[in-house]
Amino acid sequence: MIKNGAQILLECLGEQGVDTIFGYPGGTILNVYDEMYKMGTRFRHILTAHEQGACHAADGYARHTGKVGVCFATSGPGATNLTTGIATAYLDSSPIVAITCNVSTNLIGKDSFQEVDITGVTMPITKCNYLVRNVEQLADTVREAFAVARSGRPGPVLIDIAKDVTAQSCDYEPLAVSDHMNQGRLLSVMKRYEFKPPEPDMDDIRTLANLLNTAERPMIICGGGVVRARAHRELAEFAHRVDAPVAVTVMGAGGFSGQDPLTTGMIGMHGSQASNIAVDKCDVLVAIGCRFSDRVALKPDTFARHAKIVQIDIDRSEINKNVQTDHHIVGNARKVLRLLLPLVDEKHHDEWKQEVFSHPKETFYDEHPGSLTPGQVLNTIVKLSPSDAVVSTDVGQHQMWAIQHFHFDYPGQLLTSGGFGTMGFGLGAAIGAKVSDPDKVVIHITGDGSFRMNCHELSTVQYYGLPIITVIFNNGTLGMVHQWQTLIYGERYSQTTLDRSPDFVKLAEAYGLNGFRAASVEEFESVFAQALASDRASIIDCTIDMDEMVRPMVGGGSHITDFMIN
Amino acid sequence: MNPSTRHTLAVLVDNESGVLSRVARLFSGKGYNIESLAVGTTDDPAVSRITIEVMADEKQLDLLCNQLRKLICVHSVKALRPEHAIRRELVLIKVLSGDSVQRNEIIQIANIFRASIIDVSKASITLAVIGDESKTEAIQHLLTEFGILELVRTGMVALERGQYTIDEQTKMKGEFDLGKNIFRDML
Repeated sequence: MIKNGAQILLECLGEQGVDTIFGYPGGTILNVYDEMYKMGTRFRHILTAHEQGACHAADGYARHTGKVGVCFATSGPGATNLTTGIATAYLDSSPIVAITCNVSTNLIGKDSFQEVDITGVTMPITKCNYLVRNVEQLADTVREAFAVARSGRPGPVLIDIAKDVTAQSCDYEPLAVSDHMNQGRLLSVMKRYEFKPPEPDMDDIRTLANLLNTAERPMIICGGGVVRARAHRELAEFAHRVDAPVAVTVMGAGGFSGQDPLTTGMIGMHGSQASNIAVDKCDVLVAIGCRFSDRVALKPDTFARHAKIVQIDIDRSEINKNVQTDHHIVGNARKVLRLLLPLVDEKHHDEWKQEVFSHPKETFYDEHPGSLTPGQVLNTIVKLSPSDAVVSTDVGQHQMWAIQHFHFDYPGQLLTSGGFGTMGFGLGAAIGAKVSDPDKVVIHITGDGSFRMNCHELSTVQYYGLPIITVIFNNGTLGMVHQWQTLIYGERYSQTTLDRSPDFVKLAEAYGLNGFRAASVEEFESVFAQALASDRASIIDCTIDMDEMVRPMVGGGSHITDFMIN
Repeated sequence: MNPSTRHTLAVLVDNESGVLSRVARLFSGKGYNIESLAVGTTDDPAVSRITIEVMADEKQLDLLCNQLRKLICVHSVKALRPEHAIRRELVLIKVLSGDSVQRNEIIQIANIFRASIIDVSKASITLAVIGDESKTEAIQHLLTEFGILELVRTGMVALERGQYTIDEQTKMKGEFDLGKNIFRDML
């Protein structure tokens, strides 16, 4: 049937099962919004306050559900406003498809109003991007974009469509997703690109099994690949059969239950002593879906120096990139673990576990009478909220504290910008998660610095009636930078003190939301309970001390057990 | 750190706009300088072949090849070993030829190197020479004393010797050996 470009785009989103779109309209994308208007309630469009918020929301949606998130933006500034969100998704391997429209083909390259070469801009931060100049290629391009975004190691894809393409018409035949690979452009790309995860090599898996069966001090790192592959059940079974302690990276949170007796907690710069010391002493290290970033393998040459390092990753270009491994398996974490399970013997490493767990796997923070500490806030949240509550964070001290205190149980429970470290990610991500899963309690943990970056999304929270609870760790400073300045820069607090407006309680009220303030643990307990009971979103401004630090800490580039502070 | 040496990469890509910049920015984004670059279509008009020379050690070379293979516009990547490959580039050299004695000397040098003379004027001769860097650098060195007015190179192109082709190692052909299975003998 003959359809115009805007209709074809929306039909193709329908093919993919997309029902929610986050976005912001503008001049060049008007045809698409017009067709969406005519379609009535077929798509749920969430209008954010800023395109960056739309991109973070699509990202949060993707991380929580495991499906591809979709966001729309117009040309020029609309498109460039997406870039921080796209880079955030790229570094954390989150599948999103960002759709922008550009000026008409006859105006491209003429510095037209709101024109930008967004495919050029986003080349380093997307898995692939496309500029569609011909309506005949639109359907195939959208199908390819979704296939690329979700295949292998997931990631963001951008489609830029010239405005006139959205108005031109051509023949469109609906096609089920299962048939996309068998025709057109995808068929030819299929011949050379691995849309299916690589088949793990059985010999490699046997080698790893033999290695584990003879190991005396085995250790596992659970990385983001376990979360993306939803391999948490397989990993739990595997860890218990091997009887190996499991350290969890920031991106791996939820891949291995935080309540499991085998977990040693977080690893890396702010990792627990148990995790960091165990990695240093183990004789076989199995890193699953972990790219050994500089926040985990702080000093690559001495990382797990006594161990045979085995890397399991879906992306072959990650193998040996940061840490030289002794053995590797390329494949999807869940598939590899399923093949590996029957080959490993049931083991007991009581002596080794005793050694590992003689070191603390959690940090205990001092409490001062009469003041509110981050630990008190987080322990209260853990105590009062349901155990399956979704937690989104921004970036900084509050992020590390949150990951240290929550026991994440399932993939997609924690939404955090681990790789790119995007301040202002949390509120958008919380919106995406709440929209996709309205029955879950969604808690947004943030700091006063991070919150100010994208707090305009409170209008989105209010308009769509999303009862998200925002807890601000308000210490009047850029906490993590302040901590570095205390420890490394001789207490010279250059431009990190945030003794300034707004009053977050009044801000909440201005947006029509509940605003609370808490300066003691009793106050916090009371207002958090009120927030949980309310069907409106709440902002809780918690006054905490600016000299609280995230502990332990290992300096960048230092050996993993050289703790700067314990 | 292993020593950095000059490596030749052959890359088959879609013949579409933007593909060269995707490939080139991967090198700059990962911190490598492209020493030489040559691009052109192959016998299939939909496919271009890029020959890239880059300074890297063996480990970096593996990482680069794997990064390149991740690009969707890339069909196949092969690192060509110098002992198994023929490498050639074309260099055009415009030399000052003051008098007939100098002109004769330049013509003699050209004959020795099997360079062709493609343009002559009263004061200059332009030579075209084809070869790998040992040959082109040698003739360039000899011509320097006459005064080189201009010089341009096409960039190195390379093919594997024998019947083997780049398609022998496409991305679908499974696992690459990156130091794996080193325990296989041990266990």
